[in-house]
Amino acid sequence: MNEIWAGVVAAFGLIVSLDGDLVEITLRSLQVSLSALFIASALALPFGTWLAIRRFRFRRATIATLNALMGLPPVVVGLIVYLLLSRSGPFGVLGLLFTPTAMIIAQVIIITPLIASITHQAMRELWAEYHDLLISLNTTNRQRIATLLWDGRRTLLTAALAGFGRAIGEVGAIMIVGGNIDHATRVLTTAIALETGKGDFALALGLGFVLIALALLVNFAIHALSRTEREGRW
Amino acid sequence: MMRILSVLLVLFAVQARAETMRLAVTTSFHNSGLSEVLLPAVRRDTGIEVQLLIVGTGQALRLGRAGDVDAILVHSKAAELEFVAQGFGTHRREIMYNDFVFVGPADDPAALAGAADAQDALRRIAAVRAAFVSRGDDSGTHRKEVSLWAAAGLDPQRFGAWYKAVGAGMGASLNTASGLEAYILADRASWLNFRNKGTLALLFAGDPVLFNQYAYLPVNPARHSHVRAAAARRLEAWLTSAAARDLINGYAIGQEQLFVFNADGTQD
Repeated sequence: MNEIWAGVVAAFGLIVSLDGDLVEITLRSLQVSLSALFIASALALPFGTWLAIRRFRFRRATIATLNALMGLPPVVVGLIVYLLLSRSGPFGVLGLLFTPTAMIIAQVIIITPLIASITHQAMRELWAEYHDLLISLNTTNRQRIATLLWDGRRTLLTAALAGFGRAIGEVGAIMIVGGNIDHATRVLTTAIALETGKGDFALALGLGFVLIALALLVNFAIHALSRTEREGRW
Repeated sequence: MMRILSVLLVLFAVQARAETMRLAVTTSFHNSGLSEVLLPAVRRDTGIEVQLLIVGTGQALRLGRAGDVDAILVHSKAAELEFVAQGFGTHRREIMYNDFVFVGPADDPAALAGAADAQDALRRIAAVRAAFVSRGDDSGTHRKEVSLWAAAGLDPQRFGAWYKAVGAGMGASLNTASGLEAYILADRASWLNFRNKGTLALLFAGDPVLFNQYAYLPVNPARHSHVRAAAARRLEAWLTSAAARDLINGYAIGQEQLFVFNADGTQD
C-alpha cells in the first residue's frame, strides 16, 4: 500500500513541477500514438467499411484473419519490424531503426486490425439498414463507403479510441524498435519499464498515473472536438 | 479536421539536434547511474550527444554486428574478443572495472558470508538448494555466473526448481530476487543503486574472479559504411581521458566508490 501511495505522491510531484523530462516523454508518447492512430484509421476505417458492403470469395477468411490479428502479440510485431528496419535488414538503408518513425510503424501494424475489425462489426449493421436505400439510389462503392463512414462516425470514434488505447499503453514493440533512448525515443511506457527495472516503484507508478491521466484526457478531448453527447444531436 | 491536423503539426515540431551517435551499453552500466554523470560531460566536452541503448551484452553485440549502433560498451571479454576477431569491431579498449557481488536474504540460509571464495559460495547455495535467481538473458553478468558455476564443477541445467532463470535485466532480476528472498549475482553498482532491496543484503564479495571489466568497442566502418566512426573515435578519446578518469573514480554512492578507471595511455 505504501508504494502505491508513494506513486500517487510522485505523480503529483511530477505534474505540479511540470518536470521537463516528463513533459518531453509525454509529448513523445502522444506524438507516436496519435500519428499511429491517424495512419491506422486512414487505412482501417475505409477497409473495414468496404469489407462490410462487398461480397467476395475470401470474405469469411479475411474477416476471420482480421479478428485473429486483433490479438497480434506486440513483441512479435516489434521483433519483425526490428529485423526489417535493422541495418542488416531489407529496409536498413532508410536508417529508421531507433527513431519515433519506427515506433509509429510498429504501432500502425498493431492497431490497424483492431480498428478495422471493430469498424467492420459496426458497419455491417449500418449497411443492413442503408442497403436498400443506397442500392436504389444507384450509388457507387465509393459513395456508399463515404456515406456509411459519415453516418457511422460515432461508432467509428469508439473504434479509433480502442486503437489509441492499445497504442498508448503498448510497450513490447516500441521497446524493441525504439530502443528507449533518452531524449530520442523514450516514451511513458518504456520509461515505466526502465524505472521498474531500477526498483524505483514510486517513480514508475507515478509515470503510470500520468499515462492513465493522459489517456483520459485524450478521450475527453476527442469527444469534445467531435461534439458527441451534446444536446440536440445524437 | 483542421483542429486535429493542427494538433498533429504542433506535436511534430522538429527540434534542432547536435551531432549524435548510438552506443549500446549493458543494463548494469546504466542502472549504476554512472551514465547520467558521464553523458552530460561528454556532451559538454565533445559536443556529441550519445544516445544510449540499454540492453544485455548479448543483444549489444548483436546490435553491433548488425550495424545498428556506432559503438558498444560491454563486459564479457570472450565474446568481445570474438566480436573483434570476426571483424565486426575495429578494436577493444578497456575502460574501467567494477565487481560482482553475491546478494541474498539477510538471514543467509546458505551461510554465504563465511564462504572462502566465489566457487565455495556457489557450492554452499547448491548444497542447501537455496532459491537462486539467474539473469538467464545471455548478458555479461549471466555469462559470468555460468562460468562461475562451471568453475565450481556444477551444471545449472541439472538444478531443480530452486534455480530460477528469469531472462530479464539486472534490475528486474533483483526485483524477482527481492520478492522471492533468493540469492543472486549482481554487479555492485546496480545493487547499490537498487531501490527495492527488501530483506536482501550483500553477503559475499572480494574474490578477484568477480572483477568485471568494461570495454569499449567501436563498430567497424569497413563493414557498415554508415557508422559514425569519427564520433565513435572522439568518444573513445574522451572515455580514456583524464576527465573521464576523474569522473569515473569519483563516482560514489554513499561513500562507496563503484568503478575503477583502468584505461591505458591516459595523459593528464
